Amino acid sequence: MSFDVEAFRAEFSFFQQHPDWVYLDSAATMHKPDAVIKAEVEFYQQHNSNVHRGAHQLSQQATQLFEQARDTVALALNVRRREEIIWTSGATEALNLLACGLMGTVLKPGDRILLTCLEHHANIVPWQFYCQQHGVLIDVVPLTNELELDIAAFQQLLELKPKVVAMAEVSNVLGTISPVAQLVQLAKAAGAITVIDGAQGIVWQRPDMQALDADFYVFSGHKLYGPTGIGVLYGRYELLNNLKPLRYGGEMIKTVSFTGTTLNQLPYKLEAGTPNIAGAIGLAAAVSWLNNFDSAALTAHKQQLFTELYLGCQAIKGLQLLSPQQNNVGILALNIKGEHPTDVAALLNEQKIAVRAGTHCAMPLFQALQLPGAVRLSLAAYNNSHDIKRTLKALEQTVELLQ
Amino acid sequence: MTAHELILQSKAPYTAIAKHELPAIAASSDWQNKYRILMNLGKQLPVFSSDLQRDELLIAGCDSKAWLLHQYDGITQKHYWAFDSEARVVKGLVALAICQLNGLSNTELAKIDFTALLRPLGLYQNISPSRQNGLQAVLDKMAEQIKAAS
Ligand SMILES: Cc1ncc(COP(=O)(O)O)c(C=O)c1O
Repeated sequence: MSFDVEAFRAEFSFFQQHPDWVYLDSAATMHKPDAVIKAEVEFYQQHNSNVHRGAHQLSQQATQLFEQARDTVALALNVRRREEIIWTSGATEALNLLACGLMGTVLKPGDRILLTCLEHHANIVPWQFYCQQHGVLIDVVPLTNELELDIAAFQQLLELKPKVVAMAEVSNVLGTISPVAQLVQLAKAAGAITVIDGAQGIVWQRPDMQALDADFYVFSGHKLYGPTGIGVLYGRYELLNNLKPLRYGGEMIKTVSFTGTTLNQLPYKLEAGTPNIAGAIGLAAAVSWLNNFDSAALTAHKQQLFTELYLGCQAIKGLQLLSPQQNNVGILALNIKGEHPTDVAALLNEQKIAVRAGTHCAMPLFQALQLPGAVRLSLAAYNNSHDIKRTLKALEQTVELLQ
Repeated sequence: MTAHELILQSKAPYTAIAKHELPAIAASSDWQNKYRILMNLGKQLPVFSSDLQRDELLIAGCDSKAWLLHQYDGITQKHYWAFDSEARVVKGLVALAICQLNGLSNTELAKIDFTALLRPLGLYQNISPSRQNGLQAVLDKMAEQIKAAS
């Protein structure tokens, strides 16, 4: 099926507002189609009420829309039960909930967990914080020289019997795709609970939770054409039900007295307080909107752009490409030999090319690479060939100016 | 190199930048030329040796590491600075600010609008004193140092 990128791009008012910019920072946050913005606005204009608590019909309507949003996501991810979808503010909160929630329930002093060297800080720091408090040890899977996860080392570390294995599906710095389906099976065979950070993976390939078979999967709406401030924690029902809540308050309880409180059932017991109702509806709108397009065609278009970008960059003398070309979702980390990434980004910014520079919330990865940082160019399906041509020209100009 | 030597060695380059590059950047019409000059300013200035890249001199809030050294001459009431950064754009931008302030007295500095220092250079298509490039953080720190002495 052919893909009309200009028609796709026209779904986003943002690009009409900024025709002179090339946006290559979609790994940080994606643009949102008008359909998503409209869904949020419509909720506030036509349906706004709090959920699960009003005695009135308006609240019941809002609750229905909110719960329909959960159904949309549950269906898209092919989960077993709708209660397995927990709304969070994003991937970061979901990982905090897991790190906190597994501590003391699954993880006991002296236990081990396994992370990988290419994790985002969001999949490191919460674990570190709670592990230190509870005397749980962290092991780290290293990378091979080809910058892939070292599977042999992974298997060796599994022999230490980690209770939890948490890893990113896609590296937010390099764009490389880890073989998570295979790693989940290995980890499960070793008796570990598996956590997949799908923040960058979700837009590359919509996961089927039953096929993937991971115990937990987290992502942020804003990296899937959705709003900021909303995300999802998926978990297998029994495991989810045993998590210790991260937050306590209204909505999550059944009864409260000053002698004790009984918790509500899933999903509510992990969703204390008034949720991001419009955000959930916006995220569901993004998922539904995406269903209008052939995902294979979107991916093929992105891959074609990535190849164009990658080969173009290879031809520019002085550029050092960090990301492998193969097995990549469309993220290119690079440097100009001897130059600080900030300088490169500043000169690209001057030419209206939006990129990110620095260590991209993955300092341990850069320690392993022995680099101070990198410039990251990340593509989305709304980018076009014109974007790539302008970027290559701007990079050439940047190399020239830094000489 | 001692801190004092660094301040001394920075004086002549800052004076030269104020005299040559500052007006040259303001006078160039295309951005490429402005940046070519800006990016090379750092080459005229001394580099902080590793023993001077001290944590207490670090400017917080930059994407790249940056160090600011300040010296106040209590007798003449004049301020002097030296600055280094991992990033050329930061070192250049800060040099364009410091070269207009170095060696001035408290009373002279009190008359200067820090927010307008780089305005005549026409660099502000996109670059402005921001958290990202750290210029704002450096200017804030300098204002603090001046205030503490006056
Ligand atoms: C791999 C990965 N994990 C987690 C996160 C955190 O996502 P958020 O900031 O939306 O919570 C990000 C965001 O950059 C990411 O790339």
